[in-house]
Amino acid sequence: MRAAAEVAATVVDPEMPMLTLADLGVLRSVDVGDSGEVVVTITPTYSGCPATAEMRADLVRRLRAEGYDDVSVRIALEPAWTTDWITEQGRAALVEAGVSPPGPAPRRSGPMPLRLGPPRRSLTCPRCGGPEVDLTSEFGPTACTALYRCAACGEPFEHVKEI
Amino acid sequence: MDDNAYAGLLVDDAHWAFGEAAHDDPLAGMDLTVPDGIDPVELASYCLVLGDDALVLGHRLSEWCSRAPDLEEDVALANIALDLVGQARLLLARAAAADPALVPDLPEGSPVPAEDALAFFRDAGDFRNATLVELPNGDFAETVCRVLVFATHRLALFERLSDHPDRALRGIAARGVKELTYHRDFAGRWFVVLAGGTEESRRRLEAGLATVWAHRRELGEDPQAEEVLGRVLDAAGVTAPDVRPPAILGGHTPHLTDLLAEMQSVARAHPRGRW
Repeated sequence: MRAAAEVAATVVDPEMPMLTLADLGVLRSVDVGDSGEVVVTITPTYSGCPATAEMRADLVRRLRAEGYDDVSVRIALEPAWTTDWITEQGRAALVEAGVSPPGPAPRRSGPMPLRLGPPRRSLTCPRCGGPEVDLTSEFGPTACTALYRCAACGEPFEHVKEI
Repeated sequence: MDDNAYAGLLVDDAHWAFGEAAHDDPLAGMDLTVPDGIDPVELASYCLVLGDDALVLGHRLSEWCSRAPDLEEDVALANIALDLVGQARLLLARAAAADPALVPDLPEGSPVPAEDALAFFRDAGDFRNATLVELPNGDFAETVCRVLVFATHRLALFERLSDHPDRALRGIAARGVKELTYHRDFAGRWFVVLAGGTEESRRRLEAGLATVWAHRRELGEDPQAEEVLGRVLDAAGVTAPDVRPPAILGGHTPHLTDLLAEMQSVARAHPRGRW
């Protein structure tokens, strides 16, 4: 029987399937009790992320398929998920799939600063490596991404927003 | 086929079986004991107010889908709506757990979870939201003003609630802070752009601001939010409108009834439905 933590770590994000839940930082802990009951704790990314329900169902299904009959998935809301929890391996997988990985998340001390200028990020195109990129929208096809376009190769790409 | 980003979507036939996720409790496994010194009924009522604001504004913003000035803004407003509906779901779930008496009765055997019962099976008179969020959408400039004022107020509030003694509310607020920062800054940037655009964009912005400004006190007196809004207006060279709050009888405008009729009709037609 494979270790429960190992099984849980292979479940992927349904919206960004190049990332496992472990790489995304959503998977916080996997505990196996004395009678074999498994408790998986996850911290969802965004409040309205529609993938959360699928992640939970996938975790239960995969663990059951490996012989763990008693599986429950718990939600932990704090500390809130941050893109800083995406692993190095996850960042490499994003680039490999043509998605620009997040920079360091803003550290908060006091009120969130108001930013009325265009967001400045130092990015390179994940496809051609070109350094000149234009932001087309701070909101992309999934809650966690912004949209950019590379000035060199002309390709649009997604960037995982720092939160 | 296997080397593209979407290959994982086709793991197996069960991968997209939505049925299993039907009973997805957004606060699953969390300790929802109300801390000492906090009145559960007051906590629930407070979460309901916050949740109703987020739900109703989320619904209004979703009405922009396919109608925004361009595709990027359409996607942006849909994303903001999704965040707000997500926050509403958590807040309503918290309210229901703290005071189950708030949750409307449903037919026996109904699988509707408590937060959905609160969203879809209460009448307008039981909603606790500010009228600001229920007003029908005006033009894009008016929506920019509404999102700016709402997100600025809600962000300042959630920053304070991030150390609330109630673990669930604190967690919801801490996560919401990150989302609302993006909402506020999106609206703030558009506010400055529209103010400095054409005569027509400025005229529309000022008209939209006058509508929204009259309702902003419903969100409470908040010096921190006022200060931030002042900075956005300054950056845009716009003077705060001199408008009085409208007199609203009975707590809501008739627009909320219309909104709920659309939002709730399917759920009410099928109280035993699984979604």
